[in-house]
Amino acid sequence: MSKTDTPPALYAAQEPIFPRKVSGFFRTFKWWIMAITLGIYYLTPWIRWDRGPNLPDQAVLIDLAGRRFYFFWIEIWPHEFYFVAGLLIMAGLGLFLFTSALGRVWCGYTCPQTVWTDLFILVERWIEGDRNARVRLWRAKWDIRKWRLRFTKWLVWLLIAIATGGAWVFYFTDAPKLAVDLVTFNAHPVAYATIGVLTATTFVFGGFMREQVCIYMCPWPRIQGAMMDEDTITVGYREWRGEPRGKKHDGTTGDCIDCMACVNVCPMGIDIRDGQQMECITCALCIDACDDIMAKVGKERGLIDYLALSDEPVERAGGKPKPIWKHILHPRTLVYTFLWSTIGLGLLFALFIRPEIDMTVSPIRNPTFVTMSDGSIRNAYDIRLLNKHGDDREFHMSLTSEEVLRIDLEGTDLMSVVVPANETKLQRVYVTARRGDPSATAARTDLRFWVEDVISGERAHTNSVFNGKEAGR
Amino acid sequence: MDEPRYDEATKTYTTGHSYDGIEELNTPLPRWWLWTLYMTIVWAVIYSIAYPAWPLVSSATAGFLGYSTRAEVAAEIARVEEANSELNTQLAAVDLNALKDNEPLHQYAVSAGASVFANNCSQCHGSGAAGAVGYPNLLDDDWLWGGDMEAIVTTVRHGIRNEQDEDARYSEMPAFGEQLEKEEIAALVAYVQSLSGLDHDTTLIEQGNELFVDNCTACHGDTGIGDREQGAPNLTDSVWLYGESDEALTETITNARFGVMPPWSPRLSDAQINAVAAYVHQKGGGE
Repeated sequence: MSKTDTPPALYAAQEPIFPRKVSGFFRTFKWWIMAITLGIYYLTPWIRWDRGPNLPDQAVLIDLAGRRFYFFWIEIWPHEFYFVAGLLIMAGLGLFLFTSALGRVWCGYTCPQTVWTDLFILVERWIEGDRNARVRLWRAKWDIRKWRLRFTKWLVWLLIAIATGGAWVFYFTDAPKLAVDLVTFNAHPVAYATIGVLTATTFVFGGFMREQVCIYMCPWPRIQGAMMDEDTITVGYREWRGEPRGKKHDGTTGDCIDCMACVNVCPMGIDIRDGQQMECITCALCIDACDDIMAKVGKERGLIDYLALSDEPVERAGGKPKPIWKHILHPRTLVYTFLWSTIGLGLLFALFIRPEIDMTVSPIRNPTFVTMSDGSIRNAYDIRLLNKHGDDREFHMSLTSEEVLRIDLEGTDLMSVVVPANETKLQRVYVTARRGDPSATAARTDLRFWVEDVISGERAHTNSVFNGKEAGR
Repeated sequence: MDEPRYDEATKTYTTGHSYDGIEELNTPLPRWWLWTLYMTIVWAVIYSIAYPAWPLVSSATAGFLGYSTRAEVAAEIARVEEANSELNTQLAAVDLNALKDNEPLHQYAVSAGASVFANNCSQCHGSGAAGAVGYPNLLDDDWLWGGDMEAIVTTVRHGIRNEQDEDARYSEMPAFGEQLEKEEIAALVAYVQSLSGLDHDTTLIEQGNELFVDNCTACHGDTGIGDREQGAPNLTDSVWLYGESDEALTETITNARFGVMPPWSPRLSDAQINAVAAYVHQKGGGE
């Protein structure tokens, strides 16, 4: 902030920003990213994936009521939440990696706030015209034309916002059915409330808050400073080439003709020539704008460009900057890449060794054992059987031990139980040691429970212990 | 408060706040942020009028929405009871021997029985139903009065050896200390221990056997296997309600033991009694 006659107030009004249309390499790249990310967001819930008659056929489904997460061929149960935790850790490390290598590329290209704001600005330009027309309209009195344009714009924004909130809820239940329910007003109130909240946030954040979200509400711009160093590629101004700026052609000025193109296209309303600043989301639109001007005045492109801080002294001395890959490949990014891929490989490994049937054993320790009338010693175990198959399966139960132990199931004389499709079943199991056997008197006897899917022959086992009379002492 | 001044190093004005010479830089907050603060204040005022908030002398303002967490819990309980009323009606009238075949009803009975047990039975029988000295273990396969559903329901409904319920189960063992000499009781103890294969004084067996035939067989049977009709324990098995040591058995024979269980009807509803019986029955000892 430069020195002014009067100190600023404690509160600042939002400065209106009217980003000008721009075209060029990075703008085209951003259009593609917008199309892909929005496409993924809106279309994913509609992809079908056949899992058999008892399971949902939606490829990506977060079934909160049933506590299942379906992702194409992968099904995550609540006890496998570590996959989600692992993915979140990977997402975090991914952000660190990209930020340390390429600065705020997440902010500039793929952050939903950026993508939707871009979309809203596009609508704004279609309806109200480009920068100059919008500035005029902003200054104009509220006549019929202004009301008409504003209402049209708000209406289109609102439709986009509703579609945004509407797409979100489709991830949580069967999309085609919910779509019908929503239209016929038969959907759950929570669905409408969710759509309402997300519609409001999309409308306000994309239409009115825009850069305020990035500057004041988002924690990421504050954290990123710790990720970036002098080798990080980020948007910068070749001040040594551009200054002193000016329009004279007498050789006393640098390449910058002070046309303000970079400022006019900036969605954050900043001047990149002031240097790196917290507000800059590195969307690279100023690069496109400046390259356009440089071509017109016959100068080399890249007055504003992706640069690394360490290039500055080299370029000032007249040298060539390091190639980009040399900037990117430094120990910090390599460590992030290593961590990221280690966790990724670990998750993949865990995914492939994950069994379709499983069990958890919790020995009942109240009491540790029961003396039966014939003097035998009995332990009880609560065994939860998991059947991840799409059909009911019969599970046969057995145990192995070095000692003689008998296994019985509560409620049945058989040694097998049916576990419903995609469900768990809690089965109490009794293990008995004959009177006088070593296992009946010893404190602990190791044993292993086995469960076998009668149809497929899949087996799972869990180790446990048997407590004899010594355990009660 | 001092006048704001321009700080050359940071190129920022100060707010004028100064504490021990430490000054605060003025980076203006966005004005909408201020408005959200005002909105939260307005919200808080409306909220405190709409919901219970302001403390008075002996209560608090009720709020014009009439909301209370207690009423919400009561409504929730009523809703659950309403939802379960059909199951409870079925459970109260169920054929006890066929309950296990009705899987959903049986499952409901076991779950409901678990909470009935925890609230009413665990004080004596233990939270794991393993009992204690003098309080029967409900997990084993030894039952004084029978371990099928009918027998358990009868025991729970009427209780054991109490005055309040005419149909209470009643067993009485005389205090043999008044009739037998100490040596005779010691002989009986040894004989009873021999019945279930415990270590015992073999020299006393003959005398003990005679005394047993004379005094005990009427209730405990010729072989000592007991009689469920009278609630007389089986003396040949490994389960001992009061313990199997010389001291415990001497005490039992000398002074007799009288365990008591209250009648649970009508304190518990028929559905609750059937539920807790189903719960106990599936703990591993049910017949």
